[in-house]
Order: sequence, then C-alpha cells, then structure tokens
Amino acid sequence: MKFLENILHKVEPNFEKGGKYEKFYPVYETLATFAFTPKLVTEKGAHIRDGVDLKRTMMTVIIAMIPCLIFGIYNTGHWEMVGQLGDRGLDYFSNPLDKFLAGALIVLPIVVVSYGVGLGIEFIFAMKHGHGLHEGFLVSGMLIPLTMPADVPLWMVGVATAFAVLIGKEIFGGTGMNVVNIALTARAFLFFAYPTSMSGDKVWLAGKEVDGVSGATALGDLASFMSDKPVFNSLSEFSQEYTVWEAFAGMIPGSVGETSTLMCLIGAGLLILTGVGSLRIILSFFIGGYAMALLLNVVGGNAYLDLPAHYHLILGGFAFGAVFMATDPVTAAQTETGKILYGFLGGLIAILIRVLNPAYPEGVMLAILFMNIMAPTIDHFVVQANIKRRLKRVKTA
Amino acid sequence: MLLTKGGAIVIFLILSVKLKTNCMSQTVSIRKGLDIRLVGEAAKQTRDVAPSSTICLSPLDFHGLNPKMVVKEGEAVKIGDPIFYDKVNENIKFCSPVAGTVRSIVRGEKRKILQVLIDNNGQQDYKAASPVNVENSSAEQLLETLLSAGLWPFVKQRPLDVVADPTKTPKAVFISTFDSAPLAPDYDYVLAGRENDLQTAINAFAKLAGGKVHLGVNPNSKIFSGLKNAQINKYSGKHPAGNVGVQIHHVNPINKGEFVWTVNVQDLAIIGHYLNTGKFVAKRTIAVTGSEVSTPQYANVTIGSTMSSILSGQTKGAGQERWISGNVLTGDKKDADGYLGYYHNHVTVIPEGNQYKFFLTTGWLGLGFDKFSNSRLFPTFLMPSSKKFVLDTNTNGEERAFVVTGELDRVFPFDILPMQLIKAAITNDIDGMENLGIYEVAPEDFALCEYVCTTKVNIQEKIREGLDLIGRECM
Repeated sequence: MKFLENILHKVEPNFEKGGKYEKFYPVYETLATFAFTPKLVTEKGAHIRDGVDLKRTMMTVIIAMIPCLIFGIYNTGHWEMVGQLGDRGLDYFSNPLDKFLAGALIVLPIVVVSYGVGLGIEFIFAMKHGHGLHEGFLVSGMLIPLTMPADVPLWMVGVATAFAVLIGKEIFGGTGMNVVNIALTARAFLFFAYPTSMSGDKVWLAGKEVDGVSGATALGDLASFMSDKPVFNSLSEFSQEYTVWEAFAGMIPGSVGETSTLMCLIGAGLLILTGVGSLRIILSFFIGGYAMALLLNVVGGNAYLDLPAHYHLILGGFAFGAVFMATDPVTAAQTETGKILYGFLGGLIAILIRVLNPAYPEGVMLAILFMNIMAPTIDHFVVQANIKRRLKRVKTA
Repeated sequence: MLLTKGGAIVIFLILSVKLKTNCMSQTVSIRKGLDIRLVGEAAKQTRDVAPSSTICLSPLDFHGLNPKMVVKEGEAVKIGDPIFYDKVNENIKFCSPVAGTVRSIVRGEKRKILQVLIDNNGQQDYKAASPVNVENSSAEQLLETLLSAGLWPFVKQRPLDVVADPTKTPKAVFISTFDSAPLAPDYDYVLAGRENDLQTAINAFAKLAGGKVHLGVNPNSKIFSGLKNAQINKYSGKHPAGNVGVQIHHVNPINKGEFVWTVNVQDLAIIGHYLNTGKFVAKRTIAVTGSEVSTPQYANVTIGSTMSSILSGQTKGAGQERWISGNVLTGDKKDADGYLGYYHNHVTVIPEGNQYKFFLTTGWLGLGFDKFSNSRLFPTFLMPSSKKFVLDTNTNGEERAFVVTGELDRVFPFDILPMQLIKAAITNDIDGMENLGIYEVAPEDFALCEYVCTTKVNIQEKIREGLDLIGRECM
C-alpha cells in the first residue's frame, strides 16, 4: 500500500495551510485517516494505547446491520412483487433474484440519499470546525434507511436526514453531544410532518389494494382491534395471516430493516460479543416489553390486549429498536446500573404506547425518544446514590 | 452493579472490623483491572551500572514544588547535602544523591528551575550523621531526622499525590509492596535481604502515624508478609491491584479533610538504611524492560542517573525507540540525554509508532492479532494468556468525544464513577469532583482508563489538572 501512501503525501501540501485547497483539509484528513491509521504517537500519559478507536467501533455497528439490510432488501422486493401481481399469497421464496433486484432498486437509493445528504452536511460542519469527520453519522446514515417505509419519497428521506443531522446533532456539537438518537429524530420528523405517508394503509404495499386486504402492517391491523372496524374478526384470524415464524423471520410488510427479529438478533449477537452494544440494555428492553405485554394480557378485554406477549417482541420495530436504537451509547443511560432501568422502561413504554394509543400503531420510536430524554435523570439518581455512599462513610466511621 | 455492591459490602465489612481492632489483616481480591501482557520482562539477574558522570535532581519530579536553591553553581557537595528546599514548607529539603560539584542550574521560562546537574566525583563522601535509634526517639525527633536528611520527599500524600505536608497528621501510612504495572520490577527479588532496613523504617512510620501502618502485599510474597508492627493486607487481582490508591480505597478510604501518607517500598528501604547507618544511600535496583531491550534484567543505579548510562548499548537499535523512565502507563518520556526520574524503579523501551498503518492490514480495520485490546473488537480475548505483545506508541486512532460507555468501569476498581469524575475534572467542576471522589485518586489510578479509552483523551493529565485545582481551592 506504499503507492497509496505516496499519493496521499503528494497531494497533502495542497490541503495544508497556505495550500490551494486549504479549506478542504477536513475532507482530505477524513479520507486519509480512513485509508491509514495516522502516525500520531502518545505525547502525555500512557505511552501505549488500546487498539480500539471510534472508527472500528462504528464500523462494527454497521457490520451488525448488514443482515438486516440484506434481508430488508429481499423483503421489500417480495412485497413490491406482491403489490404488482396483486396476489398476497405469493410464495415468499419464489424468484429470489428478481425480488432481490427489485428490492435493491427501492432500498439502495434511500441509502444513497441518506448518506449523501447526511455526510454532505457533516462535511460542511467539519470544514467549519476545521477537523476531520467524526464517525457517528456512518451508523446513523445506515439506520435511517432501515427505519423508513420502502416507498417513502426520496426527497422526504433527504429532508428528514437534514433535519436530524442539523437539529438533532450539529447544534449540540456533533458526534457524542446529541441528546436524542439521530436516526429516530429523522423517523420522528417524518412521522409528525408527513403522517399520511408514514403510517396508515397506503404506504406499505406501494399503495395497492391486495385481495381486499389493506396493505397495512401487522401492527396497523392489530390497532384496528381497538377501533370499530377491525381488519380481522378474531385473534386466530390474525395469527393465521401472521404466523409466529413469519413474524420472527420477518416475512411480513414493514419498514425496510425492522421486520426480521431473527436478523436483528444476529446483529445483537455481534454487538454483544464485541461489547459495542450493551447486553444490559438489550436484555432489559426485551424483558420490559414482555412484562408490559403480560400485564396487558392479565387486564384483557379485547383481542389486541389478549395478543400473546411473545408476539409483541417479534412484531414491528421492537427488536430493531432494542438492538440498534436503544443501545446508542450517547443517548442511553451512561451508568451501568442506569442502563438496566433505561432498557426496562423503554421496552415497557414501547408496548404501552403501541397497544393503548391507537393513533400510534408503533410505540418503540416514541418510547426510545422518551427514554433518551429521561436517561440523564436516571443517571443523576445513580450518581447521587454513589455520592451518598461516600458521604455515609464519613458518618459511620 | 454486582461489583459495586461487592465494594460496598467490603467497605461495610472493613468498617465493622475496624470497630473491633486496628491491627487485623485483611484479604482483598480486586476483580476489575487489566494486565497488559508485554514482551520484555526483566530476568532475575542484576548488573551494576557504571556511575553516571553527571546526575540530575529535577524539581519537576516533585509535582507542584516551588524550589529555592541552597547551592550555587560550582559549589562542592557531599552525599546528602541539601540542594534546594520547598519555598512553601522550608523544612522539606531535597538532597544530593552523589558527592561532587554542582555543574549547572538549568532554568526555563520565568527562570523556573528545571534541572540541577551535579558532576559525580564517584567518592562515597557522606554528610556526617549518626544512626538513629528509632525505639528511643520521639515522633518529633524522627520527623526532624527525615526532613533534615532529605528523606522526606520519599513520603507522598493522598489526596493530591504530592510530597506530603509534614505539618498534617496522617490517619495512616500505606505502603504497597508490589507493583502490578506492565513489566514492573518484582520487589520480592529487588529487596531480598533488606528486611532489616524495611522493619526499621516501618517502626519509624508507626511512631509518626500513631501505629497505623498498612502494608499491601501480594499473596505470593515471601519477604514482606513477615514484617512486624504493621497491618498486613493481602491484595490479589490484576493491575492496578498494586497501586497504593486502590489498596487504600479497599481498606480505609480517604474522606474529605483526611490525609494518608504513602511510601514506595524501595524508598522505604532507603529510609530504613539511613536510620540504621546514618548514610543516605540514594541507590535503587531498577528493572530495565521492554521489547526493545536486548537483555531485560535488573540494574543497580543511582537516583538521577542519565538514561544513556543505563540504556546505551542495551537496546536493539532497530528503528526508533521510546525511552521511558517508569512504566509504560505512567512513566515519563526521556531523550538520550534525559535522566531517571526521582521516584522511578523502572525503565522501559518500546518502539515508536510514528508510521502510517493501512486500514485493512495493520490499521483500524485489520484483523489486529498484533494489537492488545481490552475490548472484544480485537481478537486479544481469544488468545492464550501466555501470548505477549510488542506494542508501540501509536495512539491507534484520533481523539474523539466520549461516546462509548462502560469501558472505563471495567478497569477501575474503585467505588467511584470514572467517566463522571473525569468529566467533572475536565469542566473544572469543584463540587462535582469532591462529591465523586477526587480525594481518593491519583493520576496513576486512571492510567488504565486512559489506555482502554476509545476517545484517546489524555485522562491522567485531566485528573492532574483537576487535583491541582482542588489543591488551590480547597486545601
């Protein structure tokens, strides 16, 4: 790789102070530090440092999302074909290549727009601050497409990404300084700014009616149990349409990357194995959701409340939120004790909103955003407990 | 969570034990921490280093010291003659480790004294003094002896981790008899046969501190467990189990307004030797270690020797080297004309890491079998514990904001929230630092945090600045 190193050295003077493209030094620095770990050495403190850095950490999260992305592309392609053929009974595994291609044509443009808009804004801020790109958006840029409905207009993705990066992150100071999760900010922006495009009957199957059954998601159908006109007459009808296996594997309509609990769990495995994602948060999020669903079962009364608790964990964005959103270390609780409470309450509130507020068929996004806001308060109490322990020592001694 | 609970239980036990007796020994197992496995451990053999022709006494080795010179350039000094003293506390004297003439006083900006260089004439010419009978001396007499003989700088204090204030009464004296840092010297080997000196010094400190001397020993130690007149506490576990700050925290934690004195165990032997013989023998056995040293072993040196007298001809000389006085986590970077630090029992040489590393091979996205990481993002955790690593000085990444949480807690065996305390120090939050436990820590306790931290922030420096602020505002 010596020749690449030589090229970088050759062009470097152009970007340094006084060079032709001085302004673009952050862009150069970003690309150069991606290709080569820089030759920075320790000057103060510990003379050796751990191999880990933020680039590797963030790259691991992106790798963990790849199963969700690939499956999401296929799943999108499948439901696109269902829409085109008008046959909801279409075999899931027929014409896999065509489906994958069709899905890629829908999903990849969303990915490109998300990264393009987000990185563009990030670079402008990087140049303004005179430092290289910080890696946080590499993850957000992949999370945003995975939370989008497949047929969201591309301009909406662009607007939402711009909003999330500017308002969600850069005004707070960039990577590591944001209060709420960036990708969820983008999702929430679209949810509240263009509600008709983001939920309801229209979006999921490219606006086509299929077999008289609307193209809503499983959660949308479930929410209709709470209204006067349920889509299904009973729970057993629902579980015939969405079997546990189909829901777990993700062979159902939904946002691009969220449908497959299986793929999320594969990602979770990598995150937990490498220690990048907090096992405490993921586990307590699932436990919190399960506990709430069981509680609703006990209350009972209508078909949605009676939905078996395990269904809640495999439908909608619950698993995706638990694995990739709640674990964002910047916006989650930062103390080890706080993480347990944070995850538990997050799961609990997600199911609470999902079931009891028919206006929001999915509660995971709102629950995590809410817990993002609450996380500093949770940490505050953990820190106070530590301080009190220290003060108590003086009194008892 | 479990660990902090465990810590709380340990503290509770300690408190209940304290009520019964003060001299009960304890066994503490430290569960958090990290042993960084480096190539270049010192073999158990000692060579004599030819005395260096110039030695250096640097005020910079004593953090926060404001020195006032006693001698002038060209003046002749004996071993143990005062060279400078502390302006704030004039009783604290810093004495010459060798006999000879003062060659030069090196000053920096605003005439700040950086170094006092003394030409060594090689004579064993000691300042006249007689042995001290510790049993018949009062605490005041012993204190006066340590101060006037120039032995006081070996006594440091918590909080602040500076030379102890002799006017304050400590609640205890803590001595760690083992060093758990990477490649650290084995004091069981270094101090074998010095039990008499150690015992004398312990007796002296027992008088100074009202009987409360704590020795932190490694469970495998042979020579230290037999010492008398002190509470022997056994500590097992990974680094930083040998850090005296960790040992204090688990036995008798420091609260606001309290003082604890600490003495390095090899310095304790120097003090004991003076009390027994009346001679200030400023010599140490240091470990010369690191992957770039051709035959890592121990060496007898005088305090303040030049690094080149210790290392020239001893290193492999392949590529650029980093010479460190001290260990790889807390030591000072030295040039070839640099000097061994006053407190250092250890010299380490590792390769410099000032090369670009292509991201897929040896860089940030490579497999990383050559990297040692506490995170499971690298395959370190899959490798056998016998595998040792050659690490260079590359930071392995650029400085970033604090993003990852929980990684510091795994190497920080205190009931203290490390990231919150670091952030309080960075933001000059005095109340926050006091509440979160700044009085118990020294920069060295954060060395492993600094090593593992994804941000590459110089955490020890931030803690030192925080301690300095506390020292100015609160003490």
